Amino acid sequence: MKNIKYLLLRRTTQFILLFLYFGANAYGWHMLEGTFGASKLFGFIPLADPYTVVQVLASGFVLGADVLLGAFIIVLFYMVVGGRAFCSWVCPINMVTDLANWLRRKLKLDQQEVNYRFIKRKARYWIMVLGIIVSAIVGVAAFEVLSPITIMQRGIVFGFGAGVSVIVAIFLFDLFGVKNGWCGHLCPLGATYSLIGSKSLIRVDHNHENCTGCMECKVVCPENQVLFMINKESISITDGECTNCGRCVDVCNDDALKFTIRSFAKK
Amino acid sequence: MENSNNNRRKFMATTLQSVGLTALGGLLWSGYSDEAKASPLVLRPPGALPEEDFLRACIKCGLCAEACENRESNKNRDGSKRPGTLKMAKGGDHNMIGTPFFIPTKVPCYMCEDIPCVPVCPSGALDITSVSDDKGELDINKSRMGLAVVHKESCIAFWGIQCDACYRACPLLDEAITLEYQKNERTGKHAFLLPVVHSDICTGCGLCEKACVTEKPAIFVLPIEHSTGKAGSHYVKGWDNKDQERVKDAKEIHTKNERSEKEATDYLNMEVEY
Repeated sequence: MKNIKYLLLRRTTQFILLFLYFGANAYGWHMLEGTFGASKLFGFIPLADPYTVVQVLASGFVLGADVLLGAFIIVLFYMVVGGRAFCSWVCPINMVTDLANWLRRKLKLDQQEVNYRFIKRKARYWIMVLGIIVSAIVGVAAFEVLSPITIMQRGIVFGFGAGVSVIVAIFLFDLFGVKNGWCGHLCPLGATYSLIGSKSLIRVDHNHENCTGCMECKVVCPENQVLFMINKESISITDGECTNCGRCVDVCNDDALKFTIRSFAKK
Repeated sequence: MENSNNNRRKFMATTLQSVGLTALGGLLWSGYSDEAKASPLVLRPPGALPEEDFLRACIKCGLCAEACENRESNKNRDGSKRPGTLKMAKGGDHNMIGTPFFIPTKVPCYMCEDIPCVPVCPSGALDITSVSDDKGELDINKSRMGLAVVHKESCIAFWGIQCDACYRACPLLDEAITLEYQKNERTGKHAFLLPVVHSDICTGCGLCEKACVTEKPAIFVLPIEHSTGKAGSHYVKGWDNKDQERVKDAKEIHTKNERSEKEATDYLNMEVEY
């Protein structure tokens, strides 16, 4: 039980949020209405997805004040809890890619190191910028046309239709294609949240003295480039690409990793 | 020295590669998005901006569809819950994904007086001012979701059969659709009761299309830009004082060329070789 504490917490959070969104449509609840694009919390607090908002603004439409305020609230929230906490604690695609990742390990698909020359982790930042440019050219929020995140969420709330094929595609891509292919390399929304949370308060801290170098954390970490300090230095994981998923904290048997409030004082 | 040269070459190559791939991705992405935008004839909720702007503005949150589905008044006469009018486009709907729309033959818009779908729109894609009167009060009759069109060859009223299903289904009874009486020359003693849609009143709710008795509705709603024509500004109604205002300051223009030398009658009677 000990080594799945955060995993369970995350799944619970994801399910509760999706269930509230689902209930808003199915039963008329006013807890969390709408979808990630724009939502209403408790019927009056606006929330909005910052990347979508930027795309819509780029496409040449001045959005209503509610949406702008909503995006502002979301940015503030994730600046504190870690931008990519959205990815691991909220985003429904996370369940798909985590499953693909888990299967990859079970099927031992990662034994051979493969060099994906064209797909690098930095690709998502290019895609993020590209999405804004394409939005401006075509005159429609470009990522929202194909975003598997909102397709999956709307699928859960309003029914999937053929949209389910996009989810299957992501699953297959992550399972047989590139490891952490979608979330770790391509997703522009994740890139946006990486930037938002790059200075976030809640971070995982590494204690080098306790570390036995088993490297379990690096095996489970979806962004294991952020764990460069393992068994080397006692510092916090401050990279914005860390999703604060807490899997490393879960699997560490040596008490060498734990969530902390980031201290800006020490260098 | 050689090493730094190599590094520089490598850096240049990777940069070029990244830029190239980004351009490729951008082209594909733009092409796909532009195609996805080219929706077929889709009906939007009340107060929707013109399609091009609507697609920019809609943030695909679904609050309008939820308001439609869950409104208090959404009951059938027997008290059972009615399915919501607004659907969120999903994969396979051949429509911009995630945008709200409705299909009159499935569930038309029942034109709720409190228009629950419009005020909840956070982005401004559904424009509340377009469905409000001068006093700022909501008025669903001002919405223009589309415009009903009658295909007279399949409309049985045009055959002489008495049918006024659309006329009676219309929420703006005897305003948006009126019945025009005409003598039935075929029988010599009956009348045609022909449905005529008035575009200045029709909201495009689709209740007529839903009510139409023919196998495939002979009256159907199309988005307004598809069901209207345009005469062009160079037609001026000589009998309309208001329209005459447009040409108040118009000056006479004399065109001088070979043909204008002659009188119009000469020109018309002139032998022309083709």
